[in-house]
Amino acid sequence: MTDDVVRVRGLRKRYGGVDAVNGVDLGIRRGEVFGILGPNGAGKSTTVEILQGHRRRDSGEVTVLGQDPGSAGRRWRSRVGIVWQDQSAAAELTVAETVRHFARYYPRPRDPAEVIDLVGLTDKAGSRTKALSGGQRRRLDVALGVIGDPELLLLDEPTTGFDPVARRQFWSLIRSLADEGTTIVLTTHYLDEAEALTDRLAVIAAGKVVAEGEAGSLGGRAQAGATVHWAEPDGTARSERTDTPTRTVAELAGRFDGEIPRLRITRPTLEDTYLRLIGSEDK
Amino acid sequence: MTAGTAAAAALDPARDDSAARLPTAWRLGLLRGAMEIRMFFRLREQVVFTFAFPIVFLFLFASIFHDDMANTGSTASQYYVASMTAAGIMSTSFQSLGISIAIERDDKVLRRLRGTPMPPAAYFLGKIWLVLVTGLLETAALLVFGATVYDVDLPSGAAGWLTLGWIFVLGITGCALLGIAISSVPKSGKSATSVVVLPFLVLQFISGVYILIDTVPNWMLTIGSFFPLKWMCQGLRGVFLPDAAAALEPAGSWEYGRIALVLGAWCVGGLVLCLLTFRWKSRSDG
Repeated sequence: MTDDVVRVRGLRKRYGGVDAVNGVDLGIRRGEVFGILGPNGAGKSTTVEILQGHRRRDSGEVTVLGQDPGSAGRRWRSRVGIVWQDQSAAAELTVAETVRHFARYYPRPRDPAEVIDLVGLTDKAGSRTKALSGGQRRRLDVALGVIGDPELLLLDEPTTGFDPVARRQFWSLIRSLADEGTTIVLTTHYLDEAEALTDRLAVIAAGKVVAEGEAGSLGGRAQAGATVHWAEPDGTARSERTDTPTRTVAELAGRFDGEIPRLRITRPTLEDTYLRLIGSEDK
Repeated sequence: MTAGTAAAAALDPARDDSAARLPTAWRLGLLRGAMEIRMFFRLREQVVFTFAFPIVFLFLFASIFHDDMANTGSTASQYYVASMTAAGIMSTSFQSLGISIAIERDDKVLRRLRGTPMPPAAYFLGKIWLVLVTGLLETAALLVFGATVYDVDLPSGAAGWLTLGWIFVLGITGCALLGIAISSVPKSGKSATSVVVLPFLVLQFISGVYILIDTVPNWMLTIGSFFPLKWMCQGLRGVFLPDAAAALEPAGSWEYGRIALVLGAWCVGGLVLCLLTFRWKSRSDG
């Protein structure tokens, strides 16, 4: 018996003869921030919508907080928070009115003023939703996602369209929710976001999980060879791919008798690994 | 492993809210109703046009056709007060819900609500509260206008007001449910207005709203009889016109029993229709 909050086995979903999700397996543990990474159309959103209970699956086993999202009831919904990508909050209501109203749906909501503060909208609490900027609306979406004090928060591409500052603010918001013990599942196609936020991530390509693990060791990244770069005395740039970079550097140190000009050791970035995994590596 | 043990294992003891009660649909329906009404009145334009529409139509028709109706002791103007009151009730319920819910579905407001523990019944109850309040205000405005400008006799006794009351409640509930049902027909919010307004306009012609009931061809009236509007008009004529005017009716009487039966049937049938066909997502959304 594991303490998996989300358990997916052999998930499949077809749209008009095309496999959107083709045998996805996932296990997401309590308290972790889990990223689902993949190119557009890879099946990320479909997978998350099935976890939310908003889309039916064709086959496979899905358990979220111990229940099948396809048939779960109100009690289950009160334990799952969803942050939508669309701006569907009522335009004519103020931020405070909207958050307070949604709080009433839940058996044990968080304090609305505290949630508004958490998402940084205290200054805008009295403004109508239609007067908010795109980033502020998204933060209102997050407020509505967490107002019920969910055990699990599902976010689908939460930072699409954010400017860099808004993204950083959003990341710290997600981290503070994770610190409170909320399990967080988010889809993204930003690699820096996945690397900065997630404890573990799965890369989905063409409806399948092609790799799963920590960002640092994803797809054999930690074991992958390093590349040592340096310059010859005449200024020619040299590089050598090796599994033993320390030995290479020691040899170079012997040859140069002192500082090695322009020494640099690189390992594949998450982006390199990701591009290789989704099969569009620049050859 | 049974679902029960899995649920127990997956429950975080620190956040165990199984003891906390979920709010009831009735209570949330009241909250939603209050919020819907607040949102309605914040859109000034919508408020002005919703209330002005039937009054403008009443003014037009009652000014164009103002002659006495033969052997009835009443005028065409009075006839139109009853008609426009009925059409106004249907417009605030059927038309406004049919369009607004289609737009809410397209804008994914419904999908967002479905992701919360709000029970579906609370959403419908909220809409009914909205429609009851706006319908009541609109009817009141129309009757004040009709009574002052066209000498329509408001009911003098409790019996008349009671009749007005039950026709209003049954009529507006049936039309509201019919509006919720038709909101699932348009493919998008953009096409909602055309999809909802055309059948409503046709119904107004074949139910004797714009054209005197004894002038509407029989086959049209027969089709109209399947829908609530014809019966609401008839019942309201019974309330506002002198008894002698019943001679104009196809049956020669107001037929209150049958009116109650048809409107009641629409309330029940409309509810079943809503439960069977209501969609929380737009069709393009799967």
